[in-house]
Amino acid sequence: MTDAVRIENVSFSYGEAPALRDVSLTIAEGEFLGLIGPNGSGKTTLLSVMLGLVEPDEGSVELFGEPIESFEDGHRIGYVSQKSTEKGTAMPVTVEEVVEMGRYPHVGSGRLREEDHQAVEAAMARVDITDLADRKLNTLSGGQRQRAFIARALASDADLLALDEPTVGVDAESRDRFYGLLDELNSEGITIVLIEHDIGVVTDRASRIACLNTELYHHGDPESFHESDALERAYGSTGQVVGHHH
Amino acid sequence: MAVERAARRGLVRVGVGVTALLAVVSGLYLLATFAEAYGPGTIGGLGATLATTLVDTGHLLGLLVGTDLLRFRFVWNSLATGVLIGIVAPLVGTYLVHREMALIGETLAHTAFAGVAFGLFFAASTGWSTPILLPALIAGILGAFAVQWLTEHTDTYGDVPIAIMLTGSFAVGTIIISIGGGFSGLNIESFLFGNVGFVTPSGAWLMGALSAVVVAVIAARHKQLLFITFDEQAARVAQLDVGLHNTLLVVLTSFVVVGAMQVLGIILVAALLVVPVAAATQIAADFRESMYLGVLFGELSVLVGLSVAFPLNAPPGGTIVVVAIGIYALSVAASTGEFRAVSTH
Repeated sequence: MTDAVRIENVSFSYGEAPALRDVSLTIAEGEFLGLIGPNGSGKTTLLSVMLGLVEPDEGSVELFGEPIESFEDGHRIGYVSQKSTEKGTAMPVTVEEVVEMGRYPHVGSGRLREEDHQAVEAAMARVDITDLADRKLNTLSGGQRQRAFIARALASDADLLALDEPTVGVDAESRDRFYGLLDELNSEGITIVLIEHDIGVVTDRASRIACLNTELYHHGDPESFHESDALERAYGSTGQVVGHHH
Repeated sequence: MAVERAARRGLVRVGVGVTALLAVVSGLYLLATFAEAYGPGTIGGLGATLATTLVDTGHLLGLLVGTDLLRFRFVWNSLATGVLIGIVAPLVGTYLVHREMALIGETLAHTAFAGVAFGLFFAASTGWSTPILLPALIAGILGAFAVQWLTEHTDTYGDVPIAIMLTGSFAVGTIIISIGGGFSGLNIESFLFGNVGFVTPSGAWLMGALSAVVVAVIAARHKQLLFITFDEQAARVAQLDVGLHNTLLVVLTSFVVVGAMQVLGIILVAALLVVPVAAATQIAADFRESMYLGVLFGELSVLVGLSVAFPLNAPPGGTIVVVAIGIYALSVAASTGEFRAVSTH
């Protein structure tokens, strides 16, 4: 099995301020990686480097075995950015139109074909938003919007979901349902990279943990993370994992 | 609910059909007059016959609704240009408004103004006269690239490059005009506020050509532009060429602005990029419908605005924008329930 993501010796600075220092990690296909770290620790920057949104000062990135500079299969990646629940608040775009965007990389300038419409319908059905298809995005709850974004990724045949704090502004019940959906998608073979402030959620669900604060303090399974002192080192002495019981 | 939606879609389709018909007639008129002016032999003759037939038919239809104005070619030039502006301005404006770039049209209009001033200065200094909209178009495109470059390469908020270019190009334009002693014979007011008799045949042909390019590009790149407008980061990850499409959008905006400034004037040209779109956004059921409604509202604003401006000999920029704002107010009232509350009492 090839790696979905391979990051080697990546460094990146915003001007003089280093955001990432010599970070290396690999994400195997089918893995659920939880990326944690304090505010300003470089999590979003690392995700941006991983997805080709930011070019690292040093180091290299590969996606599905291909150097990011020559990677052309953008449809294999579904990205839900920070504050995505705020997108489209003044734009009259419907759920179906958002999910259709997942098919755009497949059709280029052409019209959506029958198979594209089927993929859109299947994606909406998969995340249980078929009945919301004609609703405008700005009339939905935060949780419903997030499912629309996941459906967009599924419609594009994404093999890798990259999610940057996707549940900000989402109520607790919808958040649990959303993470349940991520578990299901991961069990179906989709690789997931999740940035999340709630460390308990990440350690409960992810198969691998990457703990970051400019440098990578830990990369391994949740058990080895709990046994390590990465949390204290990355967050300082006040950091602790809060258990969740659902 | 379903019946209401079907009726609404039917109404929108009828409106789009009427607009398309007007666009075809306008396009035919512009092609015919161009062929009449420049076509060799038979083509020139055919152009003249078609142009005369269209004008005569329009004149008769005009008499039926109580106007004699449609027998004049200059009225046809303004109307044909206006009809095309009513289509392309809201089309491009839909992406601009939802990218929070509503004022870029105003900026590029001011850049085009600097181009006009430079063209006049060049002509006065060298004795070489050029069509007045050509330097405007070149300046508009250069302004579009400059705004794009400043946005991508400086650490300022999104509207700062727009403000810098807007004021800077207007400053350059006023300096050039001042140096040129006001360019006798040039009516600056016509450039600022529009003029019903200001559209020349060459200006109308330019608008026709620019409109064809704008519609063709949007038809070919709508999906990419929509995705980038909605979620630029996700579009980058999906490997759409965001830089290319951003540049394309500002260049299309400069096309619309240069074509539209003949009728609307520099000061008011941005209104037709923004106000019909804002009105459509209030009541549209989806993005596609918002584009259709934007075009319908833009067309209605232009036609009613010109109809008022001609008999009053008022600046059409003013009348068109006032009508557009009126449609926007009705749209806001309808979307907030005020309209229904008033109509039931």
